[in-house]
Formats: sequence, structure tokens, C-alpha cells
Amino acid sequence: MSAIHAPAVPEKLTWSGGSEPMKASYGKLMMWFFLLSDTFTFSALLVTYGMIRFSNNAYSGAHEAFFFSTTHWPIPDKVFSALPFLHGLEAPLIFVGIMTFILIFSSVTMVLAVEAGHRGDRADVEKWMLWTILGGATFLGSQAWEWSHFIHGPELAFAAKDVAGNAIDGANLVRNPYGPPAFADLFFFITGFHGTHVFSGVILNILIFFNAATGVYERRGHYEMVEKVGLYWHFVDLVWVFVFTFFYLV
Amino acid sequence: MATETLHAIDAHVHLHDEHEHHELGFVQKYIFSEDHKTIAKQYLISGIIWAFFGGAMSIIFRLQLGFPNMDLTWLKPVLGQWIVEGKLEKEFYLALVTMHGTIMVFFVLTAGLSGTFSNFLIPLQVGARDMASGFINMLSYWFFFVASVVMFASLFIETGPASGGWVIYPPLSALPQAMPGSGLGMTLWLSSMALFIISQLMGGINYICTIINLRTRGMSFTKLPLTIWAFFFTAILGLLSFPVLLSAALLLIFDRSFGTSFYLSEIYIGGEALPNIGGSAILYQHLFWFLGHPEVYIVLLPALGITSEIIATNSRKPIFGYRAMIGSLMGITLLAFIVWAHHMFVTGMNPFLGSVFMFLTLIIAVPSAVKAFNYITTLWRGNIIFTPAMLFSIGLVSLFISGGLTGIILGNSALDINLHDTYFVVAHFHLVMGAASFFGLMAGVYHWFPKMFGRMMNKTAGYIHFWFTFVGVYCVFFPMHYIGLAGFPRRYYSFTALGNGRMEAFVDMNMFISIAAIITFTAQAIFAINFVYSIFKGKRAPQNPWSSNTLEWTTPIVPEHGNWVGEIPAVYRWPYDYSKPGSASDFIPQNVPYSATPESNFPEENEEMAKEKEIEGLLDIQNSSYNH
Repeated sequence: MSAIHAPAVPEKLTWSGGSEPMKASYGKLMMWFFLLSDTFTFSALLVTYGMIRFSNNAYSGAHEAFFFSTTHWPIPDKVFSALPFLHGLEAPLIFVGIMTFILIFSSVTMVLAVEAGHRGDRADVEKWMLWTILGGATFLGSQAWEWSHFIHGPELAFAAKDVAGNAIDGANLVRNPYGPPAFADLFFFITGFHGTHVFSGVILNILIFFNAATGVYERRGHYEMVEKVGLYWHFVDLVWVFVFTFFYLV
Repeated sequence: MATETLHAIDAHVHLHDEHEHHELGFVQKYIFSEDHKTIAKQYLISGIIWAFFGGAMSIIFRLQLGFPNMDLTWLKPVLGQWIVEGKLEKEFYLALVTMHGTIMVFFVLTAGLSGTFSNFLIPLQVGARDMASGFINMLSYWFFFVASVVMFASLFIETGPASGGWVIYPPLSALPQAMPGSGLGMTLWLSSMALFIISQLMGGINYICTIINLRTRGMSFTKLPLTIWAFFFTAILGLLSFPVLLSAALLLIFDRSFGTSFYLSEIYIGGEALPNIGGSAILYQHLFWFLGHPEVYIVLLPALGITSEIIATNSRKPIFGYRAMIGSLMGITLLAFIVWAHHMFVTGMNPFLGSVFMFLTLIIAVPSAVKAFNYITTLWRGNIIFTPAMLFSIGLVSLFISGGLTGIILGNSALDINLHDTYFVVAHFHLVMGAASFFGLMAGVYHWFPKMFGRMMNKTAGYIHFWFTFVGVYCVFFPMHYIGLAGFPRRYYSFTALGNGRMEAFVDMNMFISIAAIITFTAQAIFAINFVYSIFKGKRAPQNPWSSNTLEWTTPIVPEHGNWVGEIPAVYRWPYDYSKPGSASDFIPQNVPYSATPESNFPEENEEMAKEKEIEGLLDIQNSSYNH
């Protein structure tokens, strides 16, 4: 017995009790409300970003003449302009663009998994879940590279200088060779917080894949769990779009 | 055929129930229980225990304030090194006010109040067998429990618990070197709150989804008791505001432990500059009050919902303005999110922004007045039955009005310059949200005790408890207005050094407040004894002790897991059909169809009869929702 097979409720009785309004199971509803609440967690962090960023000076010179300094906020495409194995190549936002594409693409494969679930096609669910897991893991791997590149910092000749006039070597939560320390603090915190969400998403996806592969959902008669985790996965993607916009584009 | 399946399902439910009873051991039944009623009792008892700790703390700092020269050596066995040469240590005084606030706001009036009654009443009053997810509900309590243990443990560490005020503003809270309480105590405070927030989210999601999805057939939103509406909005408030506190707390944890500067900028300690630059302490205040203000309503709304129910029941009259009550709850919920900066008028905020927040704040007076008006008009010419629960509810209305009036004064950004952080503020919020919500909690306990434990509480002890508390609360908090107007700031250890004659006059008043506080606190023992005694030895409760209309009184006197034996009743009418003209009985429960009461139906209700078949037709669907 499942929500899907429940007898139909006349439309005018949708909210009259005794049934799940609009056939949304409580589990799906709970996921929606959790996501609503998580939206506020991320909003608070992005508001924090906005407030600190705009209390710092912006760089006012020409784009080509930009230099790293702790006295002005860096221009993102000058910070994130590297590609793995291609040292010295100037590729502004190309890598993060690829990352974003991969994550969004994994949302597409998640949609396909949910759709396969509706059809009750176990093999397809497995296939698309696997692609989704792969997409998520690739994103996490890319982020790890992005972080390590960021932590490593620019070549000392270009790095911002500390109060004593020495070039700042490498970024962490206390110092930042690209600009004000707050930039690094916010970068690590917000992308890290998002990355944690992606990480839990990948774990959930693996669980779903495992359950689908062992036939748990087939025996249950429906693949609603795929849909619920799918909601979470899309949310994590959506949040990335905002993080991306704030950190890399604005 | 439909009936056959129905019987089969019934039998199944029944068998399932009995099957479960055999299987459940002590641990599953009383400790890691997934039954909403047990979880509610766990919340209630935890809340009551916390309330006594929180109250005792206030008595200790009231002793200091009322009797600054008193020899407190006798407290040494309890407080140990916090008593130095017969005096309360100054740092510990700060820890006491901080922990009193934290415990009362979060652990007693959030978890103890909405945790208890949302859990207990939502499934019973909407007609559900349990919460949407019993497991998450259980997790919610145990996260709260661990949060409690961590917070409690922080009382016993050498540097003391968090001491920067319950709002824990940085930089005071962010820098361990700022004060002893900002060391390990603050770390534990933040850890505990993070767990607490998770607990609240799990609870809140459950409350919302149960109300939306598990209402029994016929229970449309406009037939919900006002208690449920209040819990619904409370849960939404918590769901949307607690995550912001989580973000704020996480950022603070990073500032404290990992060297970031989200809240810190250009600070000198002992003449030495700290490396932190670029953050903003005001940012924390914005994030905190985005939770902090809704939190006031998280605390208050359940109490208002409980009061609506109890006042209507015991006035034997329909609640006045049912839809206006829902509207005012909704209005308060919306406004709660857009007034937070009225806590920050004196932070150097742009005065124009201040006037915007002032304007929004003062609008809250409208829905609040609607509520007060509707309570009074419900009481008006009612056939009032003064049960202890009713007295506490009326007490709540009184406190809500007298505390609310000073809110209009404090909400004014110009007047607030003078009154900010004085005892006037303390008086205001203790009346309007502290005591009022506490009265709601007490009213709820007296009213639903028979349903919780199957026994009645002693009425006489209830009356004595009420009068001590009611008079006591006014004696404690009313004089504080004067002290505040005279400019006494809150959280100060001692005022003796202020010395001039006028200030000294208030020593008497502080003494009076302290004595009143001690009496009021002591009187709570009457409640505690009554509560514990009645659980075991109270008079057995009848089926419907208050002749109430709501669904919880249609369950067995002590409902088992699953609440109703057999089918859940259907609902045909709103919950406030008291003293209906034409009806022989002065109450008509929600599960009585209009077709059974032709003598008392209004013309438009006769039309409702046509819908009864439709409602009954939903039985199959409802049963099937419990079987997947």
C-alpha cells in the first residue's frame, strides 16, 4: 500500500482532512520544510557575506591593473583563474564554471533517476543514481582542488603584503594573500558549509543507490525515497548557484 | 466491499496495537519512546526541572540585589568557590543572569512549553494516531536532552558557565580572555544551543507536517482548535528563525576557536591590539535578533493558544472572533520577522531605519489588542467556571495586557534611548512574555493533566498556587518599572556604589522585589508537590472533566499508543459549540454531526449536513494513509 495507490480524493475535499493534501506524503513535506529552513541558514551566511564585503573597500582602478592587497576586496576572476596541470595559464572562472556545470548536470541525472523511479524501472534508477553520485563526487573533488589552490596562494611576487610589508604566503582563516582576511574567512566558511551539504547529499545518494540496487524500493512498491533525496540534491545545487553568484560573479 | 476492507484494516490496526504492547520493553515505552504522549511528558518533566534550576538562580541573584550586604556563607555548600568571603563572586553573578535567561527562554518556555503541548495536543486534537514521524520526534527530544546535559555540565566547570548575557554578544563572548565565562563555558553554551536548534527543527517539521497531513476526516483548517493554530505558527516561526541562530552560532564558534574575524574588528585588550580586522559585532546582533525576536513569539504563541482553548471552555461560550484570532496569530507571525532591530535602537543604527522598525513594532499592538479584546469578550457574560487552569489563563490575559502596554513605550525608538537596558525592559518582557508564557504553561498543565496522567490535580492546591504566583509575579515585576525609569541598568552586580540619596531609596524596593521573588518561587513547591502527588495518587479523571469539545476527550481516559481504539472519530463542526441555543447540553463535541442536533442548528449549518456523507466517505483514504 502506498500513497500512490491511495483512492482519489475529490478536489473540493483536498483540505477537509482525512487525506494528504495534494497527495504530498508527510515525508516529502518534511523534506520541503527542512529545505525551507535550510534556506534561512544559507541566507544568513550570504547576508553576512554581503555585509562584510560591502564594508570593505572595492578596487577602483582598471581591471588589467588589478593587484592583490589587503586594503581592497579582490576581483574574483583574478583570484580564481587557474586550471589544474596548466600552471601560468590565465583562465578566469573557467574551472569553477566547469564545477558548476558538473553539479547542475548531476541534478539533471537526478531528475532522470526520479523519473525512472516513477516508472518503477529499477535498472534505470540505479544507472542515473550512479551518474548523480559520480557528479557529486567530481564536484567535491574539484572543490578540494580549488581549496588547495586557494590555500597555496598566488606567487609571492603577486601576493598581498602584510602590515610589515612582507608578502603573505598562502591563505588560511587568519591571513589571505588575495585581499582582506575576511575574504578568505567567508570563502572557506560558506563554500565549506555548502560542500558539507554536498557531501551529505552524496552519502544519501549512495544509500539510495544501495537500496535501489538491493531491491528495497521495488519490494516497497514505490521509489519515493529517490524523490525525497532528489529534492535535497536540487536544493544543494540551487544554493550553489547563489554561492557562485555571490563569490565569483558579483 | 469497502466495509469489509475497513474491518480488515481495523482488525489489523487493533492486532498491530496489541502486538506492539507485548513487544515494547520499558526502554521503548518510557525512555526512547516514539509515542507523542510520552515524549510530551518527557518534555514537560524536563521543563519543570529546568524551571526550578532557572528560578533558583534568579533567587540567588535577587538575594544579591535586594540584600547587597548579606552574608551568603550559608550558600557555600552549594556554590563553593563562587562565594568569596561571604559575598557572591561578581563574575558568577553575571553567569547567573546569563544562565537564568538561557534556561528560561530556551529550555523552559520553548522546549518545556511548545515541546510539551505541541507534542501532546497536535495528534490528539487534529485526530491523528501519532506524529508524522515518531522516530524524528523521539530524536528531537533526545537532542534536547543532550543539549540539556551539555548546558547543565557547563554549570560545574571551574571557569563557570557562559556569562555574557543570554544574547551572548561578541566581542565579549568571542574572546576567551574577555571574562572567565567566555572560555569553556561559552564553548559549551554554543554546543548546547547547536544541539537545541537541531532538536527544535526536528520537532517543528513534525508539528507542521502532522497538522497539514494527518488531520482526521472533516477536520479542515477552519475547524482546528486555536491551540493547533498557535502551535502551527509557533512551529513556522521556529523553523524559519532558528536556522539563522545556527548560522550566527557557527560563525561565532569559528571566531572563537579558528581565528576568523566575522564579528571582530580592531580590538585592544590590555593595550595590545588583536589581529582580527574586518568583522562586525553589529552583524551578530542582527543575526541573533532575527531569531531573538521571533523567539519571543515562539514562547508566547503556544501560551496564547492554550489560553484561547481554556477560556472558551470554562466560559462555556464560543471563542469570540475565531477567525480574527487566527488572523491575529498570523499577523503576529509575519510581524515577528520584520521588527528585530527594535532591540538595537541604540547601536548607532540610522535613525531613519529606527523609525521604520519602530513603525513596524508598534503595528504589533494591533493583533495583540485583537487577542486581548477577544479574550475579554469571550469572558464577557460567560458562565465562568474558575478552575485553576482558567485562573491561570485569565492571569495570562492580565499579564499580557499590563506587560504589553510598556511594549508600546519601549518600541518607540526615541524613548528607548532612555529606557534601553534598564529594569524597565526587564519588567516589560518578564510580564509580557516570561510570566505570561509561564502562566500559559501552568494553565495547560492544570487543564490537560487528566488526559496526560488519567488523574486530576488537587484543585485547592491549584488555587493557592495561583494566587501566590499571580500576586507574587506582580509584586516582583511591577516595581521594576520604577527602578528602570530611574535609570538602573540591568545585569549590574550592585548599586550601592551609586550612593546618592535618591538612588538609595530604591534599596527598599529591591528588597521588596527580592522578598516577593522568594515567596513566589517557594510557592512553586505547592505546584511541584501537587503535580508529583497527583500523578500517583490523584483522583481518577472522568472521561471529559471540563466538558470540552475537542477530540482529545473522545479517546480512552488513558490513551494507549495510537490514541483511539478502533476508528478515529470524524469531525463535523468547529470546536467552540458551547452553550448553543436550543441544545440541551451546554457543549457539543466536534465529532457530533449536525444531523444529530437539528434542535440547535443554525440555518447555514443545516446545509452542512449534506457534507457529512462526503466526510464519512474519506474513511478509507484516511485508514490507508496509516498503512504505508
